[in-house]
This record gives sequence, structure tokens and C-alpha cells, in this order.
Amino acid sequence: MSAPLIEQKKTVTIRFAGDSGDGIQLTGTQFTNTAASLGNDLSTFPNFPAEIRAPQGTQAGVSGFQIKFGSVEIFTPGDECEVLVVMNAAALKANIKELKPNGILIVNTDGFNARDLELAKIDKDSNPLTNGSLDGFKLYQIDVTKLTRTALENSGLGKKEIDMCKNMFVLGYVYWIYNRPLALTISALQEQFKKKPAIFEANVKVLKAGYAYGDTTETPMTRYEIAKANMPSGVYRNINGNPATALGLVAAAEVSKLPMFFATYPITPASDILHDLSKHKNFNVKTFQAEDEIAAICAAIGASFGGSLGVTSSSGPGIALKAEAIGLATMLELPLVIINVQRGGPSTGLPTKTEQADLMQAIYGRNGECPVPVVAACSPSDCFTMVYEACRIAVEHMTPVFFMSDGYIANGAEPWKFPQTKDLKPIEYRYAEAKEAREKYLPYVRNNKLARAWAIPGTKGLEHRIGGLEKENLTGDISYDPDNHQFMVKLRQERVDAIADFIPLQTIDQGNPEGDVLVIGWGSTYGSIRGAVTETLAEGINVAHAHIKYLNPLPKNLGDILKRYKKVIVPEINNGQLVRILRDKYLVDAKGINKIKGTAFTTQELVNAIKEASN
Amino acid sequence: MELTLNTHEAFTAKDLVTSQDVRWCPGCGDYSILKQVQTVLPELNIPRENIVFISGIGCSSRFPYYMETYGMHSIHGRATAVASGLKATRPELSVWIITGDGDSLSIGGNHFIHLLRRNFDVNILLFNNQIYGLTKGQYSPTSEIGKITKSTPMGTIDHPFNPLALCLGADATFIARCMDRDPVHMREILKRGNAHKGTSLIEIYQNCNVFNDGAFELFTEKATKKLETIFVEHGKPLVFGKDSEFGIVLNGDTPCVVNLAEVNTNDLWIHDETNRNKANILVRFFDDEVNQTNLPRPFGVFYTQNRPCYEDQLTIQHAQALELKGTGNLDELLRGKNTWTIE
Repeated sequence: MSAPLIEQKKTVTIRFAGDSGDGIQLTGTQFTNTAASLGNDLSTFPNFPAEIRAPQGTQAGVSGFQIKFGSVEIFTPGDECEVLVVMNAAALKANIKELKPNGILIVNTDGFNARDLELAKIDKDSNPLTNGSLDGFKLYQIDVTKLTRTALENSGLGKKEIDMCKNMFVLGYVYWIYNRPLALTISALQEQFKKKPAIFEANVKVLKAGYAYGDTTETPMTRYEIAKANMPSGVYRNINGNPATALGLVAAAEVSKLPMFFATYPITPASDILHDLSKHKNFNVKTFQAEDEIAAICAAIGASFGGSLGVTSSSGPGIALKAEAIGLATMLELPLVIINVQRGGPSTGLPTKTEQADLMQAIYGRNGECPVPVVAACSPSDCFTMVYEACRIAVEHMTPVFFMSDGYIANGAEPWKFPQTKDLKPIEYRYAEAKEAREKYLPYVRNNKLARAWAIPGTKGLEHRIGGLEKENLTGDISYDPDNHQFMVKLRQERVDAIADFIPLQTIDQGNPEGDVLVIGWGSTYGSIRGAVTETLAEGINVAHAHIKYLNPLPKNLGDILKRYKKVIVPEINNGQLVRILRDKYLVDAKGINKIKGTAFTTQELVNAIKEASN
Repeated sequence: MELTLNTHEAFTAKDLVTSQDVRWCPGCGDYSILKQVQTVLPELNIPRENIVFISGIGCSSRFPYYMETYGMHSIHGRATAVASGLKATRPELSVWIITGDGDSLSIGGNHFIHLLRRNFDVNILLFNNQIYGLTKGQYSPTSEIGKITKSTPMGTIDHPFNPLALCLGADATFIARCMDRDPVHMREILKRGNAHKGTSLIEIYQNCNVFNDGAFELFTEKATKKLETIFVEHGKPLVFGKDSEFGIVLNGDTPCVVNLAEVNTNDLWIHDETNRNKANILVRFFDDEVNQTNLPRPFGVFYTQNRPCYEDQLTIQHAQALELKGTGNLDELLRGKNTWTIE
């Protein structure tokens, strides 16, 4: 047997696809963690059906996980993949169009019998494995099911339990192709199945069998090696957006020494934040699963009134329900953080697909004049930074604040050079102090940030009433006076505008400080835009990229930046929202680049858009 | 959280009056409730700064503005939810929820029942006037069927809620009823409610003299009160009437009015606040046209139960987590389980 060729590659994009019961997400996550531990830069994109148990074997039930990793900077999970692993016919049908010509296609042949073809709605006489339709790819056919069963012949496990291990065979085989160690996955399996040693043993056995299959079969397969990426020195971990959001909240509570109360109602794709936080009960965070979205935000407001930092999380449909209470928090001038992990809308929309169509909702979506600060994360790890910022602004300015994430970064992963506690910005707050004097306490007296004092129940001499009715400045007494109302509306706007003095100025991510084309983005489009701008800069196009993380108020220098470019384009996964705000606020002829398909921009789509704008 | 330790300072009903003019209609039953609450609070041995009134929307919900304590006038139906968050994080506070039949049973129905099942240690004063007052006279979820109102010119076709039956169904641990026109009894019930550990639900019959005048007149007016009401007390027989001449016996599970002259007093229903089955019958003491019954309306404490409070359970879980894992170390948490170093 001749030793397989080992070839060096800079980047690889692999997609694992199978039935949602095939353990695809676990396979992808394990591959990701191993790649990360080897020092590759990476970006991932899990893509799964909304149904928990979608009909087995059908296209509706296909779950996918794409990872791009490499020895160079990785911006996105990749457009097309170079390696596609499919566990059944439906997974092949749903994903084959995104495999590059001449790409590696690994199929589990057991997922292509007559029944599988029928479920995938493929004519039984046109089995893709035999009809030549896959000739343009390097096809590797493996009967994964059979090999898994053989490996576990004497394990004493039942057929169902044995078949559950077949994803490990595939993982082992792909590890072999990319010359990756198994150790990290083995220790993860040990942790996962610590109460089921037999299952742990079986998974490891199959994982090793998959690896050995590469070694022992005379597959004319090239093996690849991907060196460490040249990333800034430091200690890294892998992180997804939702866990990063949970960590950012815990960090804000710990650094500020302020108790946090996280009240929420389960909704895709935000629920994982609750799952994570509820594990950290030895930190300064209490979690509360409320009876509905409205109760969640109202309970958070109640906690803030009592001197905790109230936080609530949801996705678009839930945020719609919270709107009235956000108005209340604005009137009360209490700190509150509202997390929106956006998904496709309107209404129930596309629960598991990404979209960034709730920006207008965050900035404007309430009755009356109700300005609320809005910040957004641009990548999985940036969720940590920006939700922390949301907490800081909420407490220091005594206001509700929106933190925007979306399904793409919530579930996506990247390496994270995590900070240390000592590096985190302090969060300043002070409860109002008790008073002996019996003169009337004025709850709406303000400091230089126009923030009122946080006077919490239990403090002697500060008894006061607040509410949703219009109030007189300083006293907080109900007031229907026309001049007072106008004054208060303007004041509440001024309070939000004033935050611009306490946030960083807008920077140019890359490109010249002036030039032909400025690409402006916000949220999860960061990676796609960065990739496309890197590519077009290399081709000599005079393009620059600015990514807005503080959306309300906008950074003070943004207007000046916009003037320095001939053209401004604004790619968004919506029908044009930030672009309208920029046009409105700066009278700039910004053009929207819009994709509303529940998926991210491909780098190529944005390269094309930049080229078109530069002509 | 660092809290100022307060030396408890006595206060009077007068100290609870705010600078705000009370704006309920003259003759409104709310005045009496405000007065009784202001009278009772100084007797409860609670520092004034630890008292919080939270309300929703409606006439009754203006209440916090008239109490010189901490207070929040929140949004329609949500006082219960706001109070839940406050109590979960500040168990030591004395939290009072002020709500009406529309606020708690219609728009806020969901939070209301969930608060009851969680059993936060708070007091709910449910002002039931069987009408929407603040929106000027539409029927409410407790309005009787057939009622002619602004929104029901041909009479309501909605079957009304029985608030106490609903509360019992939601596993409330303290349910009681009183009325605006019987201040002595109301003060007694308010004290009982405050003393109960868990959610205390007090339904208060409250007259809206503008939009639903006389809704409870049978129970409140001297001429009829003694015949139409029965005041229940734990361990005492159910007796009512001008000269306490009537009583209630249970025939199987059917309550019947009897003349005391005709029965052995030992056969009378003895009120037991801890008997859930009997409470189920008691909350359904309404005139029933179908069954042709004519039962007096009960007032007093119907049912009490000891059950752990949500906020205490929450505190216990956090203490257990601390004991098990030690105080959280943020740097360890940020680091996670798998890291790698780039030189």
C-alpha cells in the first residue's frame, strides 16, 4: 500500500449533513473544537430544521454543519464547501449544489436504499450513486452503518444504540483525512457519557474505527494538513454567540458587583442564553423562566426597580410582545437590557434561520416617542463585548438598552482570545443614599449624563412613586401639562443622544480613510464584508469597510466618515433598514445590498456588489 | 447587595398620605380601601421604606400615588409580573399588588394565575367592581351575564369569572373576601393577609358609584346585609341572619340553608380554612338560578395553605450552588474547558 500523499492547504470548508437524528451538530462541534485546539482560525455555521423530530430521512429533516478552518484569517463559514459528508439521500439532495466542482463527497451508502430514495423524493431508477450524476466530484462510498455495526459486534449494545454511533465513524474518517488527533473528542465523549461508560466506549471504538478505515483501506485519498493560523499571540478558546452572550452578562454582574436578574421566555434561537445562565447559580445572576414574554420583561423591570440589573431575552416575535413594557422602562428611567437574537420574520417566520430585520423594531418599534439605545454584536465572540456594553450603558445611563444578535452568530462559532476580568471596563453605579430629612424626595433629579439616581426600596427617606404616566421633571409627579410633555419628550431623546459622548468613535475596519466605496454593515454581516473587502482591496479596488456596533445613538464621527467616500453601500440581511436610517440622518445616497434568504451573504456576492459600486 | 440597615421607625396613617390629590370620583369605594390600608400598615411592624405598592392600570391602580411608600404604577395587567421580579430579588420587602377585576382577570389573567401558583409572599388586593371604570363603563370579566353596559347595549353574553374559584384553581394559598363598606372586617382581613406567608389574595367588593352603582348593595346595605351575607371564621359554624337564625349544612356536597330552630347546631357546617374541598364549595356560594339556590354571600378567609414560596426556593438553590461549586470565579468561567495558546 502506498502512503497517501499529504498536501498542505491554507483553508478547507467541510459540510457535514444528515438526518437531524444523525448527530450532525455533535460531529461538527467536535471537529470544530479539535481544529480550534490545533490553532486554526475558523468559522462555523450550524443549519438545522425548526422541527424537533422532522420526518426521518426527508429533506425537511436534514441537519447541516459547515466549518471553514485554515492557517489564514477566516472571515465566514465559507460559501461553497470542498468536502461534503452526507449520511443519506435527502442530505445529498439538499446539499450537493453547494459542493465545489471536483470536491470530495463522502457518502454513507446505507442511506441510499430504496426507502431513503423514496423519502428524499428521488426516483428509484435515478439513484445518484449509480446514475453518474456525481461524476464531477471525488466520490467516496462507505457503508458507515455496516462498518459501525461490525465495530460494535461484541459490545452487547442494542441495534439502536449501535447505530447512534455512526456519526463517530464519519468523524474519525474525516479526522484521518485532515490528520487530526482524536484526544480532545475522546475526552469530550467521556464527559458527555460519564454516566454511561458502555456508550462512551462504543463511541470511542467507532471513532477509532473510522480513523483506522482511512489508514487501512487502500483509498486513493490525498490527506491534508492545515497549519496553525497566524493569529495574535495569546490564550484562545472556541465560542458560540449565545454562550458568549451569557458570559458577557455574568461578567457585567461580577465586575459591577450588581446582582443580575435574567427573566425570559423560551424562544428559538435565544433559549441557549437561559440554559447557560441557569447553570451559573454560584455567580451573581438569578434566572427566571416567566410565563410569557411580557411577564419576563415586566419581572426584569421589577427587579431593576429593586436594585438588580434586569435583563430579558427573546427573538423578534417576543420582542414585539415586550414593546409596551420597554416604553414603561423608558418612562421609569430604570436600567434594563433587552436581548434580541433575531430570526427570519415577520410573525413566526423562519425560527431557525437568520435575519437582521428587527433593527427598525429596536430603534422605533414602540408607541409614542420612545428612544432606546441599541448596540449590536458583529461575531460570536463580539456578543460578549457588546452585551457587556449594553449592561454598562443601561446602568450608567439608567435606561433600557437593546442588544442585537442573530441566529447566525448565536449558533456560529469562532476562536476567541478571551479577556481577563482585570481587562474589563468598570461599570459605575451607585444607589441613592438614605436620608433622614423628611423633605420630599425628588426621584427625577439628574446627573451630568442626564441619568436620575437609582433609589431602591428599602432605603429610608427615599420613598417615591414612579409609573408609566407622563411625569413632571424632578418630582416625578403625574403631569398632563402640555409644555411639560414636550419638555419630557425632548429630554428623553436628549438622554439617549447624550450617550454618544460615552461610546467609542466609529473606526474603519480596513481600507483607506477616504476613497471610492465605503461598505457599511452592522451585526452578523461582519465576516462576509471583511472577507469581500479583503479580496477586493487585493485586486486594487479603492474600498473600505466600517462596521457599526453602536446603532443608537450612532457614533459622533459617522457623518464625517460617510462624506469621505464617493459611494456608500450597505449590505444587510433584510429589505433595507440601516440604509434608511443613514439616508435619513446624513442625507447620504447610500445604496442597500439586500439578501433575505435566511442565510448569510457569500463573500462572492459582496465582492460582486463592491465591484459594481466601484465602476 | 449592600443594604442600609434600618432602625425601624414608627409611623402613622398620616405619614402615609402623599402630596398628590386623590382623584377618584366622590363616593368611590376606593376611598375606604385606601383609608383601611393606611390605617392597618402602621400596625404591621414593617419599616415604611420596606413597603412597596405595585399596580397595573385602572381606577384602583392609581392607589400607589396616594401611599407615601415606594410604589410603581406599571402597565395594564402586569403589576403581578413586576412584583414577581421585585420579590424574587428582594424577598425582605413587603410587596402589595393593587389591581382590579379588568386588570387582573382580563388583560393580566395569565400573570395573575402564575403568581398564585408560584406563591410569592406578596399581598394582592383585587378591587372588584364588576365594571370597567377608567375606560368609562364597559362590562368586565366579573360583570353578571345580561348586563347592559356601553359596550353591550343588548346585555353581555360573556359568562363571568368567579374570581375566588379561579384563584383556588390556580392553587392560591390564601384567599379571602371583604367589602368596601365594612371597614372593620376589611382591616382584619388585611392583617390576616399580611400575616400569611405566601400569596394572599383578597377580593374586595368595591362600589363604582358612577358606572355600576349598587352592584353589591344587597351585601353592604343594612336592610339586606344580615340576610344576604355570611361572615366565616375558622372553627365556627356557618351562621347568618338578622338574629343569627339561619345556618348552613352540607347535604352531601350541597350546601343548604337551614333554620337553626329546626336543626341540631352540631350538624352545621364548621368553617375550616384548611379544607380545600369545602373551600371549593364556599367560593361557589352564589345565587344559582339553575339550582334555585339562594345562598348568602360569604366574606372572610376562605382558604389557607402552607406551601414554600418561590423566592425562598430560589434563595435556597443559589445557596446550594454556592456550597457545591464555591463562589464563582469569572476568569475560570471565561477560560472554559478547552484552550490553546498561540505564541
